[in-house]
Amino acid sequence: MSLGKEMSLKKMSRTHVNCTINGDEVDFLTTDATSLLDALRDEVGLTGAKEGCGTGDCGACSVLVDGRIQCSCLIFAPEAEGRHITTVEGMADGEHLHPLQQTFLEGAALQCGICTPGFLLAAKALLDENPAPTETEIRYGLAGNLCRCTGYDKIIRAVQEAAVQLKGA
Amino acid sequence: MKYAAPTTVDEARSLLADNPGSRVFAGATDLIPQMRSGRPEPAVLVDLKRIDQLMAVSHGEGKWTIGAATPTADLTRNGAFSGMFPGISEGAGLIGSDQIQNRSSLGGNLCNGSPAADSVPALIAADARAVIASSDGTRTVAVAEVVTGPGQTSLADDEFIVEFEIDDAPANTGDAYLRMIPRTEMDIAVVGAAVRLTMDGDTVTDASVVLGAVAPTAVRVPDAEAALVGSRLDDDTLAAVSAAASAACNPIDDKRGTIEYRTQVAGVLAKRAAVIAADRAQNGA
Amino acid sequence: MTATEHPPAYKYVGTRPIRHDGYDKVIGKARFAADLNLPGQLHGAIHRSPHAHAKILSIDTSAAEAMPGVKVVVTGDDFPALDPKNPNFDLAANIIARGVAYYHGHAIAAVAANTKPEAQAAAAAIKVEYELLPAVLSIDESMADGAPLVNETNHTKFVPPGEPSNLSTITNLDRGDVDDALAAADVVIEREFDCAHVHQGYIEPHACVVDTGPDGKTSVWCSSQGHFRVRSMTADVLGWDKSRVKVTPAEIGGGFGGKTTVYLEPLAARLSEKAGKPVKMVMSREEVLRATGPAPEAKMKIKIGATNDGELTAIDGWMAYGVGAFGDMAGLIGAMSVASYKFPNLRMETYTALTNTPKSAAYRAPSAPHAAFAIESVVDEVALELGMDPIELRLKNAAVEGDLTAMGMPHPRVGLVECLEALKASDHYNSEVPEGAARGVAVGFWFNIGEESSATVNLNEDGTATVLTGSPDIGGSRASMALMAAERLGIDVYSITPVVADTEAVGFTDVTEGSRATFATGKAVVQACDMIIDELKKRAASIMSVDVDQVAWVDGAAVSAGHGGGEGGEPLTLAAITAQAKRTGGPLTATASLNAAGAGPSFAVHCADISVDEETGVVSVLRYTAVQDAGTAIHPSYVEGQFQGGSVQGIGWALNEEYIYNADGVMDNASFLDYRIPVASDLPLIETIIVEVPNPAHPYGVRGVGETGIVPPMATIANAINAATGVRMTSLPMSPPKLLSALNKRSK
Repeated sequence: MSLGKEMSLKKMSRTHVNCTINGDEVDFLTTDATSLLDALRDEVGLTGAKEGCGTGDCGACSVLVDGRIQCSCLIFAPEAEGRHITTVEGMADGEHLHPLQQTFLEGAALQCGICTPGFLLAAKALLDENPAPTETEIRYGLAGNLCRCTGYDKIIRAVQEAAVQLKGA
Repeated sequence: MKYAAPTTVDEARSLLADNPGSRVFAGATDLIPQMRSGRPEPAVLVDLKRIDQLMAVSHGEGKWTIGAATPTADLTRNGAFSGMFPGISEGAGLIGSDQIQNRSSLGGNLCNGSPAADSVPALIAADARAVIASSDGTRTVAVAEVVTGPGQTSLADDEFIVEFEIDDAPANTGDAYLRMIPRTEMDIAVVGAAVRLTMDGDTVTDASVVLGAVAPTAVRVPDAEAALVGSRLDDDTLAAVSAAASAACNPIDDKRGTIEYRTQVAGVLAKRAAVIAADRAQNGA
Repeated sequence: MTATEHPPAYKYVGTRPIRHDGYDKVIGKARFAADLNLPGQLHGAIHRSPHAHAKILSIDTSAAEAMPGVKVVVTGDDFPALDPKNPNFDLAANIIARGVAYYHGHAIAAVAANTKPEAQAAAAAIKVEYELLPAVLSIDESMADGAPLVNETNHTKFVPPGEPSNLSTITNLDRGDVDDALAAADVVIEREFDCAHVHQGYIEPHACVVDTGPDGKTSVWCSSQGHFRVRSMTADVLGWDKSRVKVTPAEIGGGFGGKTTVYLEPLAARLSEKAGKPVKMVMSREEVLRATGPAPEAKMKIKIGATNDGELTAIDGWMAYGVGAFGDMAGLIGAMSVASYKFPNLRMETYTALTNTPKSAAYRAPSAPHAAFAIESVVDEVALELGMDPIELRLKNAAVEGDLTAMGMPHPRVGLVECLEALKASDHYNSEVPEGAARGVAVGFWFNIGEESSATVNLNEDGTATVLTGSPDIGGSRASMALMAAERLGIDVYSITPVVADTEAVGFTDVTEGSRATFATGKAVVQACDMIIDELKKRAASIMSVDVDQVAWVDGAAVSAGHGGGEGGEPLTLAAITAQAKRTGGPLTATASLNAAGAGPSFAVHCADISVDEETGVVSVLRYTAVQDAGTAIHPSYVEGQFQGGSVQGIGWALNEEYIYNADGVMDNASFLDYRIPVASDLPLIETIIVEVPNPAHPYGVRGVGETGIVPPMATIANAINAATGVRMTSLPMSPPKLLSALNKRSK
């Protein structure tokens, strides 16, 4: 995956990227300056990740890259080569919602819903690493995701409830 | 703009040599926002994250070696490292959200050249060194000598940092980093203060005090260090540390803070960080 | 927790079903405007003014037009000159400059190209020659004698036409004898306040996709709080008939008042018309902050007099709101928001002033938070001076039914006393203030509005129902519509599909603003349900062969004593009737349209425990309770959500949010990094107490709850800071540098 001299002379050519998205092998073409967020939305057709700021300050574009939560707006699309990416579209197991999706619904942890995909993935990453977080740990763990509607209250409670359910599962 | 992902230091070296106007990056957490706000695109973007050496954390021969592109989350999660250098770990851990932590790196945080870089003061306090790859080999310099002004470094265009070396902390040594931000997360430091102390009983035998965000680069505060060495951190000493820290400030007024505020709070944070560092030196992290 | 006066026995109203649109939002399927794409679409970008105030001498688009991928460029010349009397005259001038740029970020030209990067590069290549004009950047400069004009087309409203002015409204309210009352008062407190511009901070930037066909018919998909308003504004700005424009609301990613106007749609429509292709436009966060409406800045002087036993006898107020470069009524609305206490003597002088900054837009209870920050801070000082409990002082003076607002309107039945009593009885207020912390309380008021709404109820063959409304759902209103319809029709809430329909599928409906959707559109839904129940009873009567006046509608079924034996008769369910619809007269459908009277004002009382780091000026919010009168909570979870969201927006406004302008009128902090809205770790849980004093003008007692929650937090926090430190903060935000500076002055 290195760039030889001959390639560096080509202008405006598009790069062919192969990766795994939500368990499926996917390939797409992209210019090198394109963000992974734009590639997911415009080339792959997955619009669950949202752009709220484009500068890594709001978390609406959060995806898991090899299991780690990242802002897809801060990743160049060609970086995805060979990586495993999970978007909100890949959280449910077929018809079965992830417990976080279920507790967000039942706990009214979303109002407008634009930040919800990012919160769900950030919360999943948090619980994958720390199955029994304190309220403070949840708040700091989700500090990279802005929500302007809920005041965070019901989001925190939904994550707490999902943690309980996942522990019991 | 082309993207390249070399897998060896040599490959990266030749990419930089062959393509003037190229730029290395690790997490791109500063680079992409800068490009979005109009900074010119480099000819070639050289992604350092596929080079194993730059993504490794190891310990041996009395020192820690940290790959320059290693996500800071890997450092903060490393219990042995964070146990020895809690101040470096907490500074690195303050660079943005969890999302950012999985991308941000010590190399990027340093070479972005921001005076407010959170990981830099504690690295300087620990006398950390940067191992720099250039076209004709490698050179090692003190971290304190890398940044020369806002956005400016002493690295040549074809150089990049491979890894950082930090000597094991002597016995009874503790460090701490505190920063002031208006929120609890997601902000750039308005003031940062790192203190590293070595203690003999309750007496300070060695001290480093470094401030961030109060001058064009991170600054060491020799007067505060002098006040600390030989002291037992009594109130007079802490007052002297505060006064010396405030006196070392040469800040700007900007959207993030005023000169007056930064100067006053630098003194507060230096004093508080000293107390935490002393506790860690005496009792462990 | 809910404190209900007389809990009626509802089956669905007051329950908490999963919202109907929820699943799509947790699996990433919900379609927001930026998620939509049309075949062959172009991408738009805008060239914006680099100056706060400048005459446009020339615009050279030739270089941009020659760039790769560029299809079309438009400037102000591509839009008709509107009559100054047109209500959208200012809007049109804000959407694209005609001759003068009134603020940094004002749109000058727009480009459509094959890709967004191409459009952005071309927008940057447009060359504009400017002649700089003096920029007026503060309320003081705007109101100073001999101040340069911000906008030469602005005239003061509601007065005989005169010279252009920097003032948009001047309002003087007077009752009783304020001077005498203040002279006679035992205690008089006077303070001056100011508030910086703040932004609504919705996470979704403005976005639209617009397709103008060769027949002139234009389809718009967009993020808006009111698609009928998008239609009328877009048509007006382009000089088109409204019937040419169809607007389909996408899911909306937050609005809070900021999406009650348009910025992009007319530009995209003209670009699309000229290019013959659909055009998509999406703002960046920086554009949102630089060029869309913040809430006004304000300066206020409030003097309140009281007797020793705690009667607030007089208020003398002066308030000026800075609304950016175009006319507005913020000052008048600020005066309307003064309504919490009896105040037998009142003088309120308010102004709306223009500055060369972006045109203000509504933000949740517009103008009220500023006024409440000032008045509730002074009321707190009165309580301290008198040594009275702040709740007791407020209870003694709380407005009740019949008391007059500042505008002289008598309150209908309102729940301020009930809210104060609920806080007084709360666990929070009765808990000990934690060590090192301090407590503050404050009241908020918002009058709420009614306005026009339409709803259509279609019953399906199988007994399920579809409820169409024209109110974009910005926080769970579809679930509320379904709950009210379920209650009325007597069928399960999940057998109802609530739909936000486009401008061609449902009758005219005003914007989702003024906390009106659940009230006014809910009223239309209930009315349509009642119409369809009448029809169901007719159909049932014919099936049962009884007179219609012998048929009653009970629990989702027609019952008649004369049918099928038994005392109540054999019920004929809604599904049984719809199954026979073809035979009994055809489809069952009803539409109600109304102009809803009787909006119920909503009061709130908030309580905060905070601590202050006196060495850094950092305030930590440790505990927070929001008490508010909902009238009736249709879906309590989303009512609580409104309280909590409003509270936290207010906490952000109190502590850190502000527009920071440099001396040239350029916003210095146009990003979510430096425009600091609260993050999760800044906050505690937000406790809620729903007070239910039903609004008699709504079939289920709804008042509307969307806005009041943002009104009390600034004074609540300021009052707590004062309790903690003895420092009265009078300038928003109460950010660490400002608080530390005030603390330094205190100790000197």
